[in-house]
Amino acid sequence: MTMAVWQAVVTIGVVSLGTLITRFLPFIVFPDSKQPPQTIEYLGRVLPYAMTGLLVVYSLKDMTLFVGAHGVPEVISVLAIVVLHWWKRDMLLSIAGGTVLYMVLVQLVFV
Amino acid sequence: MNVGMEPHREAAVLAVAFKAALPLTSPIAVGFLFLGGSYGLLAHAKGFSLWYPLAMAFFIFAGSMEFITINLLLSAFAPVSAFLLTLMVNARHLFYGLSMLGRFRGLGWKKPYLIFTMIDETFAINSSTQVPLGVDRGWFMMFVSMLSRAYWLGGTTLGWLVGGLLPFSTHGIEFVLTALFLSIFLDQWMGEKHGEGASATVDSASSDLREGGNSSLRVRSPEPVGASLMPDSVRRHLLALIGVMVSATCLMMFGPERFMIPAMGGMLALFLVLRTWLDVSASGVGPDEGLHSGDIQEKSV
Repeated sequence: MTMAVWQAVVTIGVVSLGTLITRFLPFIVFPDSKQPPQTIEYLGRVLPYAMTGLLVVYSLKDMTLFVGAHGVPEVISVLAIVVLHWWKRDMLLSIAGGTVLYMVLVQLVFV
Repeated sequence: MNVGMEPHREAAVLAVAFKAALPLTSPIAVGFLFLGGSYGLLAHAKGFSLWYPLAMAFFIFAGSMEFITINLLLSAFAPVSAFLLTLMVNARHLFYGLSMLGRFRGLGWKKPYLIFTMIDETFAINSSTQVPLGVDRGWFMMFVSMLSRAYWLGGTTLGWLVGGLLPFSTHGIEFVLTALFLSIFLDQWMGEKHGEGASATVDSASSDLREGGNSSLRVRSPEPVGASLMPDSVRRHLLALIGVMVSATCLMMFGPERFMIPAMGGMLALFLVLRTWLDVSASGVGPDEGLHSGDIQEKSV
């Protein structure tokens, strides 16, 4: 580490503070005692679905389509989870099945 | 909390909530053991004592930002840009907050802790799970949060201590978090299950079995049937598609490091433009939302 300890403490401090702000801001602006505007209530109802979609994309963002395995292990595993989930509708089974399949693919097939 | 509540009664409430939360967090346990583990291992490899990754895990508790902070600590001292970078990387928390305003309402001392521990994984579970009947909503979410935090701290410590010594390859294990998000996404897409247990297949648009079934793994559909201008299932699919398509488009346009902010902006714009079609009237709010949204006054300003 190139920093002095106090610099490291300050750096971790400002990162913690920034993270706290992003988490607490909506709750500070719209506390329990205040009825949020209808538009905010509406966004609160529609955002969860879209944010789950964003998280799926986010967790696949480093997939390399044009080099290496061209994203084939990811695509196969995602399809397997879709089929497994449509068939059995068991969340833990879908997660375990998809993950094990992905590990087999990247460790043994698309090395 | 009821002051007059007998101790054994409260213990029972805690036990029930813990049992409901524990299985749902098991994918997070696996994911964080290895993700937190690789974080601890990285910190060790870069020459940090265990206290650094632990302090970051404890105070920051935002995985991607902790990885970035390792790099920040190895660069020149620049607190202002570190602060701004944090706001950019974690801006999605603002949307999580807006989504959880209702669900966290009225939870007293638990609320600050739930907000502080709002990460991708706890948000995904706490925002999507239909907490089973007879399970305390606040404690359920508290246990999801506390367990996730314990997994992350544990994974970080283990990774720092023994990360380099594993006898088998864990390559690809990080996919467990993709699988978690995708399964939740699919559950929301398919809507409420009919009947109980995992044997039920894809259901129709009706969600009159909200109170039926007792599987703790059910994902709630936060929106009600009726009242909207289009069938609930169509609207739900539209919302999910907007989330995926806008994100994927921005990912292709801006690349993996810069796509989050434009994606969130794009979604916000689309939701505001399409509000007439996507909104449901406040009277059609689902049972567990009714607590806080049902009392919305239809007053015009």
